[in-house]
Amino acid sequence: MSVLVDTNTRVVVQGITGKEGAFHAARCKEYGTTVVGGVTPGKGGTTHEGFAVWNTVEESVRQEGASCALIFVPPAAAADAIMEAAAAGVPLVVCITEGIPVTDMVRAKHFVRGTSSRLIGPNCPGLITPGQAKVGIMPGHIHKAGHVGVVSRSGTLTYEVVGQLTSRGIGQSTCVGIGGDPVTGTSFVDVLRLFNDDPETHAIMMIGEIGGTAEEEAAEFIRAQVKKPVVAFICGQTAPPGRRMGHAGAIIAGGKGTAAEKMKALDAAGATLVTSPADMGATVARVIGA
Amino acid sequence: MKIHEYQAKVLLREFGVAVPRGEVAETPAQAREIAQRLAGRVVVKAQVHAGGRGKAGGIKLADNPSAAEAAASAILGMMLKTPQTPPEGILVRKVLIEEASAIERELYLSITLDRGRATHVVMASQAGGMEIEEVAAHTPEKILREWTYPSLGLLDFQARRLAFGLGLHDEPFKRGVALIKNLFTLYLARDCSLAEINPLVTTGDGRVFALDAKLNFDDNALFRQKDVAELRDIHEEDPLDVEASKYSLNYIKLDGNVGCMVNGAGLAMATMDIVKLAGGEPANFLDVGGGASPEQIENAFRILSADPSVKAVFINVFGGILRVDRLADGVIAAVKKLGLTLPVVLRAEGTNVELGKKMLAESGLALTMAADMADGARKAVAFARGAK
Repeated sequence: MSVLVDTNTRVVVQGITGKEGAFHAARCKEYGTTVVGGVTPGKGGTTHEGFAVWNTVEESVRQEGASCALIFVPPAAAADAIMEAAAAGVPLVVCITEGIPVTDMVRAKHFVRGTSSRLIGPNCPGLITPGQAKVGIMPGHIHKAGHVGVVSRSGTLTYEVVGQLTSRGIGQSTCVGIGGDPVTGTSFVDVLRLFNDDPETHAIMMIGEIGGTAEEEAAEFIRAQVKKPVVAFICGQTAPPGRRMGHAGAIIAGGKGTAAEKMKALDAAGATLVTSPADMGATVARVIGA
Repeated sequence: MKIHEYQAKVLLREFGVAVPRGEVAETPAQAREIAQRLAGRVVVKAQVHAGGRGKAGGIKLADNPSAAEAAASAILGMMLKTPQTPPEGILVRKVLIEEASAIERELYLSITLDRGRATHVVMASQAGGMEIEEVAAHTPEKILREWTYPSLGLLDFQARRLAFGLGLHDEPFKRGVALIKNLFTLYLARDCSLAEINPLVTTGDGRVFALDAKLNFDDNALFRQKDVAELRDIHEEDPLDVEASKYSLNYIKLDGNVGCMVNGAGLAMATMDIVKLAGGEPANFLDVGGGASPEQIENAFRILSADPSVKAVFINVFGGILRVDRLADGVIAAVKKLGLTLPVVLRAEGTNVELGKKMLAESGLALTMAADMADGARKAVAFARGAK
């Protein structure tokens, strides 16, 4: 009852000897995720806070069958870490790192396209299939297993909607944070397609934000293909043009990428729009009749 | 990050993109000297980070050095108001003195990221000198686009296609091809987010050069672009934004009176939205980040309350990495240290929320707790109204 990650997922953490990497590797393991170890070039053969450390991702794949790479490598080397994981044949690469230069991501995304790997992020909270696997930095305890798929460009706003759903007794199939950067590995459309095909996902909550046209593309896909109810919220309705609102991707440029345009497109595609972020959970409840 | 036109032109010259001869001046006397050196007719251009300078009186022609001095003295020190500046305008501190050119044609050339295609796009148009958004909206067929190859860059045939499309022939064609390729080299080498030449001009004697230039840079790449980072002009930024950036806080000052302090960019935007829905106006966007320390929270509080228009503060936190008890620590320290008297509404959820709430309750601070986002927004807006 999930997409992308489940009880079979075997996670290798790139940058495991860093503060963030070590902290979150332990939190993922506590949640029940199989964390096979980590990678820090030059520290192979050692152990760090109970985790085996390798020099290369390739070794973790060969020795432990790593099937998912979770990346906490600092921005200057993060794109390289993504490409290393993809070259090693890791099917799912999740990059948490915030602040990667755009030109690096253009290259890394292109590189990953030439492999069989899927990249989630960067600058994202990761993903979680409640009760099965947590591959990211989200607080695990707010989630509950169920049938609503959640996809979002934001981190804490995703926790907000999950909190609203769980407090109403509504569980989630999988929650995917696709990230707030201008260039990301996985789009709304990619995740909507997975949810649409997943028999255990009965409804979809989508959280977009200002900037770019990913929400408009999602709207087109929803109109043409999605057979499940979609509830959507777009944040940044009050954002001024030309200012980057925290996320590198959240900017209204040249009059394009406004919340109003995105909401209009999603509404026309048949999604149920939520105006207030306080009403996300209640709207999903109404739509699925819970 | 943005830089001035005169700084952009130094970079263009370095990368082999032709620009008019010119120098920057900070006083009318310097402007006179430069005009003397350039000999002949010059243009005096206000250096501010905003477009629309010409219409606002920030660009003047001068036939001789005395006229250049007079023009510089009129422009330097003025508050230049254009549609892209704050309502009160921007103080002009520098002018660029350039040789005036006999322009034949005005063209457009730019490079930026195409998010949809996840690669850089080079755009060119014969409709130069106009707002490119206008051209794109009304006559999109007049804009040529070449998407660069992530692993190979801009190929020769692409640069030729653009130059042909600009209607260049013979010697100007060769110069145009080289200029387009050099601009892309600069764009990549210096981690630009935008390189825009509007207008790119041709002259009767076969020259092709950048009459105006705008370079913006990817903030995420400044760690490896030290020379570029030094070009930052903090006079062009809001002082509170500058202060916030010292502490790695994402802060943007807005026009309202409800100060917002939130963790995470998405939730911060949503918080602004809900303040507006509650009938108020947010005073700022402020994302304290995922792992904010008590010191950062304290600085965030200080910056937020330094804005005199803030009448109430709304803290909205969903603790994930940022634990609510750590937030409480920072809030208590800041309020006590700064002697804050503003009403503060707190809505917190997530990791260690019970501990955090207990700490705040025991601190003796007059905080108003909110049940959820909507409740918090309502309460903060009510406080801000009452204060008026």
